[in-house]
Amino acid sequence: MTAAPGILPPAIEFVGIDKRFGAVHANRDINLKVESGSIHGIIGENGAGKSTLMSILYGFYQADSGEIRIGGRPVTIRGSEAAIAAGIGMVHQHFMLVENFSVLENVMLGAEGGLMLGPGRAKARAELKRLERDYALEVDPDALIEDLPVGLQQRVEILKALFRGADILILDEPTGVLTPSEADHLFRILKVLKAQGKTIVLITHKLREIMAITDAVSVMRRGEMVATRRTADTTVEELAELMVGRRVLLRVDKRPAAPGPVRLGVKGLTVRDGRGVTMVDDVSFDVRAGEIVGIAGVAGNGQSELLEAIAGIRRAVSGEVEVSGVPTGVCGGADPARLRAMSLAHVPEDRHHMGLVLPFEENENAILGYHDDPAIGRGPFLSIDAIRTSARAKIEKYDIRPPDCRLKTANFSGGNQQKIVLSREIERDPDVLLVGQPTRGVDIGAIEFIHRRLVEMRDAGKAILLVSVELDEIRALADRILVMFDGRLVGEAGPETGEQALGLMMAGIDPATEAAS
Amino acid sequence: MDLWQFLFLLADAVPSAIRLTVPLLFAALAGLFAERSGVFDIGLEGKMLAAAFAAAAVAHVTLSPLAGLACAIVVSVLLALLHGFASITHRGNQIVSGVAINFIASGLTATLAIAWFKKGPQTPQLPGEARFGEIAWPFPDLTGDLPVIGWLMSRVLFGHNVLTYVAFLAVPLTWWIIYRTRFGLRLRAVGENPAAVDTAGVSVAFLRYRALVCTGVLCGFAGTYLSIAQSSLFVQDMTAGKGYIALAALIFAKWRPVPVMFACLLFGFLDAVSIRMQGMPVPLIGEVPAQVFMALPYVLTVILLAGFIGKAIPPKAGGVPYTKER
Repeated sequence: MTAAPGILPPAIEFVGIDKRFGAVHANRDINLKVESGSIHGIIGENGAGKSTLMSILYGFYQADSGEIRIGGRPVTIRGSEAAIAAGIGMVHQHFMLVENFSVLENVMLGAEGGLMLGPGRAKARAELKRLERDYALEVDPDALIEDLPVGLQQRVEILKALFRGADILILDEPTGVLTPSEADHLFRILKVLKAQGKTIVLITHKLREIMAITDAVSVMRRGEMVATRRTADTTVEELAELMVGRRVLLRVDKRPAAPGPVRLGVKGLTVRDGRGVTMVDDVSFDVRAGEIVGIAGVAGNGQSELLEAIAGIRRAVSGEVEVSGVPTGVCGGADPARLRAMSLAHVPEDRHHMGLVLPFEENENAILGYHDDPAIGRGPFLSIDAIRTSARAKIEKYDIRPPDCRLKTANFSGGNQQKIVLSREIERDPDVLLVGQPTRGVDIGAIEFIHRRLVEMRDAGKAILLVSVELDEIRALADRILVMFDGRLVGEAGPETGEQALGLMMAGIDPATEAAS
Repeated sequence: MDLWQFLFLLADAVPSAIRLTVPLLFAALAGLFAERSGVFDIGLEGKMLAAAFAAAAVAHVTLSPLAGLACAIVVSVLLALLHGFASITHRGNQIVSGVAINFIASGLTATLAIAWFKKGPQTPQLPGEARFGEIAWPFPDLTGDLPVIGWLMSRVLFGHNVLTYVAFLAVPLTWWIIYRTRFGLRLRAVGENPAAVDTAGVSVAFLRYRALVCTGVLCGFAGTYLSIAQSSLFVQDMTAGKGYIALAALIFAKWRPVPVMFACLLFGFLDAVSIRMQGMPVPLIGEVPAQVFMALPYVLTVILLAGFIGKAIPPKAGGVPYTKER
């Protein structure tokens, strides 16, 4: 299973690690060796136990049983402090940075070198200079974190780990927030680190990254370590099958689109946010019946605001939106109820905050926003029976698990929560469907299901607007791709457009900004 | 009243404004330590009140103001640790815990005063040696005749008790701790993003407890000042909302030590003026009720919070108990 033993003892060795959270068995008897000086990938679906395992390594949790060996020696890691002392550094998915601190202060935090800040600060500055030179990790030590783009914030996290003398670097889903070019830059940095003898553990669910950069890869499924392979000896298909436990279609099978009349027309839409900053700048496009139009872009370039404005949640400054030729009053007058009546449905980007009320039972969420439907109630009264019957029907049709309409929504997994939202919106049979990040935090099996469902909608002649930061998803689903950058549509492309070309467009095309980032 | 008279009245209010500022300043700096560490402390009021009672009671028994101060600090720190136990260790709601401490302090001080001293809900009048006395300007003869300097020396810079100077020295000290020491760096960080502190290998709970100890010490000074420096006995609910005004000053100063001092001076000054302005007309405006001045600190704070005077951004993790989550 594991790679041939080298001369050095493995950098990390897990022996029989077991961890339960109540009824959930998060890690079952995990055995794993990570070779020193290698890049080791760990993949698995959400909830497979990858993060739990790394949290045990970093001292966030204690394993119920089992042993961790670092460089061949057994260690007890009771907290982050012990992990740092053992030479482990972690770059968390959500950065552990203090936003209104400078880079230098963030790097020093917890390793100040004395009661007073003055002397330590000078030393830290010199050390940062050295790290910058050795690893090509340029960043201004006096810049405030909140002013830095995410790519640089991540670099600060890496610097933090190196500053503490880490020999083992764990990166948890590091590319989720990066543009393709930023991700490439990160991989270059990781290769430099590897060349300097560091051991790197990369946790991801993106198979492409595993193939591109790792030396070995381990697959986790439902708390178990199901396989470890040399990356050179495996394929994307094999890894996907190992992750899910069955064959999966990585490509969405679909016929060419047969676009009909324009269903959604957006004309000169301009949206400002609460601070008065223009987030969507004079955006115009059409979505026709029977096509999926994808909006690609790095998160934060106005896609969210665009979607919210069309959905009637956010008021636009100027412009117009038409559904089947009828203006919705996007600058005032549009509201979700009115838009629903116009046969427009919306699957919001953030299902936890906008799509669902998590403490509610599943059946209550299944009618959210449709309380006025005569099928489920009369006047101010709701018919509980009718609601539950329709909820059960949707649970069956969408294979929502567990199949219990009385269960609290918070207790469903991310993928099943998303299915609840999708079933609610799709079953209304809308002419226009707005979908934001349909598979964020959703496991591969559910992604496959959701993608198929969206393509079926399209084939049934519906107009679908898809906003996603997952480029793979946009390319798999969309018949036309619109790229958004800094609030404007900077280009349109077909689904066959290469990732690199799209990546350049997402970065605003300008090669000068590219080099600086 | 002409303009000169009015200005004279304002100048005359300065010494009393300083005296009224001191408890606010102690309490606001106390709140700064707690809130910068991410723990809201609505219980400043209760800690001050308990400290005031402890100081007066112990000073009455021992006739030593220092013993009073020491005991006040101990009581106040214990209440701060109680707040920590509820809101840090057990992740309780910080507002509820703070309010509970205020009720406990208000009820317990009155009850204990009645039980121990049998004179109603207050402590006996203290003799001069059991109080912190005023420090007079040592050379009144030199400046007695000079109009501005004389006033400045004998009434503004001198003529206050020692705790007044402690309060104003606590400002640069707090600034230095917050911005120049390791503890300060971690304190600021834990109020913004406790997870960052935790992953850096530093205990969030221990750090917040230490911040609350600082809060307790400063509230101890504030209470002591009220009962055995500014006055000579403890009376029921003698803090009279100063803990809340201090919180307003803290917000007004956007949680920064030096602006806290100026905010407290402003609020103290408005308080002093309001007392003198009873029934007096303001030039150009005419007679205004004294309550207008008393309400001004709150009005200013609300205007600030509404975003008209800059923007008050509280520590991001304030009020949220820290839980490691995944």
